[in-house]
Amino acid sequence: MRRFISFRDFDWVLLAFVLLICAVGVFEIYSATRQTKFVGFETKQIYWIIAGLIIMFLTSLVNYQVLLENVHWFYGASILSLFAVALVGKRVLGARRWIALPGGQHFQPSEWIKLVLILALAKYFSDLVGRDVTVRDIVKSFLIAGVPMALVLKQPDLGTALTYVPVLVCALFLGGLQFKHAIAILLLGTAMIYPIWRWGLKPYQKARLTSFSEPEADPKGSGYQIQQSLIAVGSGGLIGKGALKGTQTQGAFIPIPYTDFIMAAFAEEHGFVGCLLVLLLYFIVLMRLIQNAQTAPDRAGTLIIMGVVAVLVFHILVNVGMVVGFMPVTGIPLPLMSYGGSSVLFTFLALGIVNNIRMRRFVN
Amino acid sequence: MYDRDDKIPSAKLAAVQYVILVVIAVLVVRLWNLQVRGSEKYTSLADQNRIRKIPILAPRGKIYDREGRILVDNYPSVSALLIREQMPRDNAADIAKIAAGLHMSQDEIRDRMRRMGNTQNTPILLKDDITPDDQAFIEAHRDELPELETIMVHRRLYPKNGFLAHLIGYVGEVSEEDLNSPQFELYQPGAVVGKSGVEQFYNDILIGKDGSRRAVVNSHGKEVGRLSTDPAVPGHSLKLTIDLDIQMAAEEALADRNGAVVAMDPHTGEILAMVSRPTFDPNAFSVRISSKEWNALVSDPAKPLLNKAIQAQLAPGSVFKIIMSVAGVQEGIAQDLHVNCPGGATFYGRYFKCWVTSEHRVHGPVDLAKGIYQSCDVFFYTLAEKLGIDRIAKYAQQFGLGQKTGIDLPQEVSGVMPSEDWKARVFKQKWFAGETISVGIGQGAVATTPVQLARAIAAITSGGRLVRPHVAFPDELPQQYVEVANREREVKKIDLDPRGWETITDAMSDVVNAGGTAPSAHLPGIDFAGKTGSAQVISNNLRKAVGVKANQYKDNSWFVGVTPRRNPDIVVAVLFEGGEHGRLAARMAAQVIHAWVEKQRKLRNDNNYAAVDKEGHPIQLSGVWSEGKAEDGVSDRMLAGNLEIPNKPQAPKPFEPAALLASPPTIAARVH
Repeated sequence: MRRFISFRDFDWVLLAFVLLICAVGVFEIYSATRQTKFVGFETKQIYWIIAGLIIMFLTSLVNYQVLLENVHWFYGASILSLFAVALVGKRVLGARRWIALPGGQHFQPSEWIKLVLILALAKYFSDLVGRDVTVRDIVKSFLIAGVPMALVLKQPDLGTALTYVPVLVCALFLGGLQFKHAIAILLLGTAMIYPIWRWGLKPYQKARLTSFSEPEADPKGSGYQIQQSLIAVGSGGLIGKGALKGTQTQGAFIPIPYTDFIMAAFAEEHGFVGCLLVLLLYFIVLMRLIQNAQTAPDRAGTLIIMGVVAVLVFHILVNVGMVVGFMPVTGIPLPLMSYGGSSVLFTFLALGIVNNIRMRRFVN
Repeated sequence: MYDRDDKIPSAKLAAVQYVILVVIAVLVVRLWNLQVRGSEKYTSLADQNRIRKIPILAPRGKIYDREGRILVDNYPSVSALLIREQMPRDNAADIAKIAAGLHMSQDEIRDRMRRMGNTQNTPILLKDDITPDDQAFIEAHRDELPELETIMVHRRLYPKNGFLAHLIGYVGEVSEEDLNSPQFELYQPGAVVGKSGVEQFYNDILIGKDGSRRAVVNSHGKEVGRLSTDPAVPGHSLKLTIDLDIQMAAEEALADRNGAVVAMDPHTGEILAMVSRPTFDPNAFSVRISSKEWNALVSDPAKPLLNKAIQAQLAPGSVFKIIMSVAGVQEGIAQDLHVNCPGGATFYGRYFKCWVTSEHRVHGPVDLAKGIYQSCDVFFYTLAEKLGIDRIAKYAQQFGLGQKTGIDLPQEVSGVMPSEDWKARVFKQKWFAGETISVGIGQGAVATTPVQLARAIAAITSGGRLVRPHVAFPDELPQQYVEVANREREVKKIDLDPRGWETITDAMSDVVNAGGTAPSAHLPGIDFAGKTGSAQVISNNLRKAVGVKANQYKDNSWFVGVTPRRNPDIVVAVLFEGGEHGRLAARMAAQVIHAWVEKQRKLRNDNNYAAVDKEGHPIQLSGVWSEGKAEDGVSDRMLAGNLEIPNKPQAPKPFEPAALLASPPTIAARVH
């Protein structure tokens, strides 16, 4: 079988669009950090992208079936790493999310667990051969996603924990969830909202979840970030203030404009037209991924790619939604554009698996 | 039914595609609303964020004396500014931090914020004259407290120890009440305006126009650029008619005694000197005065804030006899009036004493001249009886008594010149003839201000030229003060009988000669003339009734003097409260007159004087300070003024006018 695998089947079109987005991101990181102490982050980002590309090509060589067959090991290791974070993790701003690695780098296991979860759920639902999804299956899949989610929530990292939800939802939907069960889950979920709100969330999390709806209420407190982001986006106008000329960006009014709020910085400097083009690029990438999902050799392949799609869509929705004041500030980066090694490496690793699947589409 | 290789139905994948399409579409619509439809709103918000309007405060105009010597200067100082747009809505935490950092109370900050009203874009002057510590606090907390800013202000520097304080006045923040009046409607809360004296009257000239600076700041409040500057227009300087040399002589003459001195040029009405005691230090008002200090000043029974030269309404006593004399001469009565003074006389059934009985003497036969230089009460009782109150009032009013002089200073009072009409109007009572007798010697209901007396005596000795006293040169006033200028230029001519005029002025000259009431005020070689007065503060009967101690409610001592006796070049009015004897006031007036004469001599002998002065070189001061008044028989006790300004030079020594000015607080020297 191996001899059929060739980089001729690699999705170069997808890669081209992905790199286009990365380029936009790198330039905006440059613009947003040039007058701050983070100057030069764009170079670091380029290194991360190069590292990501290498990982992507390496990953595409390993048969995803092998990954699937060993997914229980990955899963177990993930859970262990989360425990490790809880025990020896580095505390930053009150949350234990990172494990310090030699060489000054930090490893954030919760990022990678997304991928493990995609694989685990894909394997679980592709193994359901010849039967409907039962309540038992639903409970099992909830447990698969729920255990790491609970551990990540404990860190606490609400934002990352929430990214596991779309993976589960997507897997259930595509895996054959029955209509009556879907209704039941929806009702149960709705019923859970109040208890979670009442007992499950910390005050600062609640504040972040509510402040986005009325940012003017406290322009210096938790609503400040959203207010400044809205001003940046809105004042960008149709064509933007021009590269390196965003007053909100250059004057450091936008909070962390090189990571979570990179879209606000971009929107200010490049306006509605720029935003439209970037969203178009993301749309093309997503459509291309779904096309790859359709041509995947088996159910597992489709489920994996769609899991990746679900994670990416969720990131885009929550991040851009946050920037335009639709969503609370949850610390979720914009894939491919936001600065950050974990985010870049995860995305390219996921794309590597996607290509892995694509390159094996003709094996059967 | 299912197979391991069964594909996921493509309908489901299509559904996912539609979900993505909806997500993207929702975001695009939102972006359209923000960036295209809300563009203007957010652009202005972005500008508000980054553009900070910082006021540039205009310095007030300096004030000079008539020869261009500086009286009021400015010095730079740094104030803390609060920019409220930068403040969070919930500002309690910030206020607490600011209060601790700038050593203020939180209530003080809140009070200032409240007083500035709701105009969010007006920065508030939070604290004046801040210390380097305060400045360091502001610089160190730019990130945390971007609402704090420093600003350079020009603060008033007045002469020290209350020199000329009443005439100059002081500045202060425009009050809430003032802001509601039409005069101040254009001012912003927190604006510094003149509150009294020249500072208040000529505020429109002296006040400058504040400018502003539009600076680009980043989110930490750090200035990263400048958009435009609207420069401040400094206030115009003002030259006063005050002569610093004469003013110093007057300050020195009155020393720390309560009362007032006014010196005026009778030809023009230009005020050459104006002193009021007790005085206050306007430099204390230059930086915000504490309410405790302010209350102490206001509630002080000695009323240090009162400019007695224009605000003390007191019985003129015997000085009024000059007006009586003119009235008597003009009515043809006084010339031939001869009265015997046995120490008193009975009028309308009541016995009126002459002052001379206190010296166990009598005046004997008295005519007009002797009546003046010996100040015989009986003569003027008789004259008053013959004239009647309405004729007395007519002449007194002609010479401006009982009415405002129209001097260009705020809050002048009118005094009282009683008449039948006046009593009917004010007390709804009939005039009693007996009251006329008291009025004849300047007692009873008559009340005048020192400046009124100076003006009236100046008019009489000048042959009937009644000028308006003023402290600013009318020809140098700008258009908005055209009415004031025209008023100041007004001269009223009153016809006087020339022979009566000569008699009166000659008698005034005899007042300061042997046989007069103030021989100790004699100035050898100087044609000095005047009239003493000592006016009871309370009636003798009341004094007995209340049983006050002898040293309480002592008579006020008055003197109004001129040189030369006819068509004089200077008139000096002195009020020495509780001074008892008119001759004490006369000696003080003599000191001022002497200083003036010496200066004129000096000017004649040194033609370079004016030129030197214009270039601002040190001015040679004549011997007023070096030569004591002992030669005139004035005791050293009378001369020993407690005022420190200016230090008495040992010999004719260059005098530095700048030394008059208080030194600014040391802190000002350290700010850039």
